[in-house]
Amino acid sequence: MEKINYSKGILDGFEYLLTNHEEVFVLGQGLWSPWYVGASMTDLDKKYGKSRIIDSPVSELATTGAGVGAAILGKRPIIVHPRIDFMLLAVDQIVTQAAKWRNMFGGKSSAPITIRGMVNRGGEQGAQHSQSLHSWFAHIPGLKVVMPSSANDARDLLIASVLSDDPVLYIDDRWLYDCSEELKEIDKTPLSLQKPKVVRLGNDITLVSCSYTTKLCLDAALELEKSGISVEVIDLRVINPLDYDSIINSVNKTGRICSVDGCWQNCGLAGEILAGVTERIDLRLLKTNPKRITLPDSPAPTSKVLEDLYYINSSNIVNYIKSIFL
Amino acid sequence: MKKYSNKSVSDELFNPESPIFGIQLTYDSIESQIKHLKSMLVIRYAEEKIANEIIAGNVKCPCHLGIGQEAIAVGVSAFLRKSDSVFGAHRSHSHFLALNNDPYSLFAEVLGRIDGCSHGMGGSMHLIDKDNGFYGSVPIVGATIPIAVGAGFAHKMEKSTNLSVTYFGDGATEEGVFHESLNLAKINELPVLFICENNLFASHMHILERQPTYSTVRYAKAHNVQSLLVDGNDLAAVYNATKIATDYIRSGNGPFYIEFVTYRWKGHVGPSDDNDVGLLRNEVLEIWKKRDPIKRLINSLKTSQSILESEFGLIDSEIKKFIEESWEKAKVSEYPSKDFLYNNTYSN
Repeated sequence: MEKINYSKGILDGFEYLLTNHEEVFVLGQGLWSPWYVGASMTDLDKKYGKSRIIDSPVSELATTGAGVGAAILGKRPIIVHPRIDFMLLAVDQIVTQAAKWRNMFGGKSSAPITIRGMVNRGGEQGAQHSQSLHSWFAHIPGLKVVMPSSANDARDLLIASVLSDDPVLYIDDRWLYDCSEELKEIDKTPLSLQKPKVVRLGNDITLVSCSYTTKLCLDAALELEKSGISVEVIDLRVINPLDYDSIINSVNKTGRICSVDGCWQNCGLAGEILAGVTERIDLRLLKTNPKRITLPDSPAPTSKVLEDLYYINSSNIVNYIKSIFL
Repeated sequence: MKKYSNKSVSDELFNPESPIFGIQLTYDSIESQIKHLKSMLVIRYAEEKIANEIIAGNVKCPCHLGIGQEAIAVGVSAFLRKSDSVFGAHRSHSHFLALNNDPYSLFAEVLGRIDGCSHGMGGSMHLIDKDNGFYGSVPIVGATIPIAVGAGFAHKMEKSTNLSVTYFGDGATEEGVFHESLNLAKINELPVLFICENNLFASHMHILERQPTYSTVRYAKAHNVQSLLVDGNDLAAVYNATKIATDYIRSGNGPFYIEFVTYRWKGHVGPSDDNDVGLLRNEVLEIWKKRDPIKRLINSLKTSQSILESEFGLIDSEIKKFIEESWEKAKVSEYPSKDFLYNNTYSN
């Protein structure tokens, strides 16, 4: 069985796009020396040339704006921000330009840019090299937000994002880069049809998560199986727009929901999932109060000892679920 | 208040009392000059019409009028192709009309109607006409500068001789993205024409209250971008400068920056003369109005007997009629249907 890991999935996605779609190009910082993005962009400049893999000045806002402009003219640019913390310098172009371009011109134009933002935290990097801000961006109508949790999805959702006619923020997570799974054929389903997936079947509780927290939920489910607790895990994959169908079906079956998310709690994705679900179900079906597991509402620490307390791990999920059943 | 009278400034372009020269009519054929005159008049009368309709209460969306600045868009557009990509900002009626001569779709847009250039979803601040090379204007200051640079990437990748244009005001040169964009365009030698319409004001603030000098060309020089500083109220000067810049860019030499010096007759937004922009504004405005780019062209055409008074009268009344008819038609265009609220958020 051939395996593929997450960073290779991303790299394969880039190679597929650059080989098959001449309108695709990549612009961002460090692309001619991409050591800080793991193995996810290795040698792209050598294979596809420096006119398509364009390293840039330290200008997040202008490069993202340039991506918007090239997209408006018919190109399919991928703008790379090796850390989401730095990508915040480009928010005007993401939120106020790209996301609104189609709507404010009455559908006569659009900016199908893909912005790749990376979550890169831990390792005592501290508060400014650690943020997961997907909830912010998922708030914006017109901006699709994609968060793959597996290697095949990392490839397929990158391809679907770039080929989508809408602006997409594609967020990948450094903590997943070495995770591997069985290599599958490329799934060419367009982004508009990509929905949340049940990635593990169970009967006792529904866990909803995305990206790295899906890995934590799957780890927790394995552990809980030993105690006879059957956990269903739903991987959101696309967090804007959000499709609730599979989540509702699951909660109607299990009667319990816990959303697990790697960003802060207040006004975050985890709370949004609970609100969206509780609005759509008969609340009398719920056997336990809905639950969120998120980061504490404080900036990331530096010391390893505090980092271990700060970031979510699978035992947080296991302990919560055991507290219900055992 | 001395600084507003410009007496101590060496650069005469910023001094409204410097000698007013006639327009050098050798810049192009007489037919072209008449065409340019008509284009400026369409812009002037369209904006005056909008101003009056705001006062009458018929236009609600914010309109930033560029009355007094018409020569820039007309002179620049003389060298643009439909395959180029032009981007504007909040004060872009002139950029739009100079490319398409279509006041109807502007009026309908300003009125929020379905026949507007953006189907009534944009208003005065979000104009588009891709068929004529106008790829969009937006009111976030400086936002379309990097977008035009990205369009430059697209043109360069296609190995065409097309170029992109970004129109912005002097205020936008105070945004960080302006500097990022000049650098990004230069380091990649992109076919981008940067056009600064320096009308001396950002909203209510005079440039000398915001920057240490009048002219912004120093920023182009800092980024090794070729530049010119030109009288924006002199159509021939605008034309000649744009010819130099577009020839340079289309020959594959990279970006070019032109600063056109002009003056905003109206307030930042809306139809008033905006007397709150500083002491002596009224006095200075009256001096600047003597540099009216349209009057200067008409006077030169008449002096050289290129156009007779009667011919001009005919042109003038035809355009006024065209503007009135366009407005009357726009007024009865439908509003966008309810599905416009949702249908264009995503592509599907």
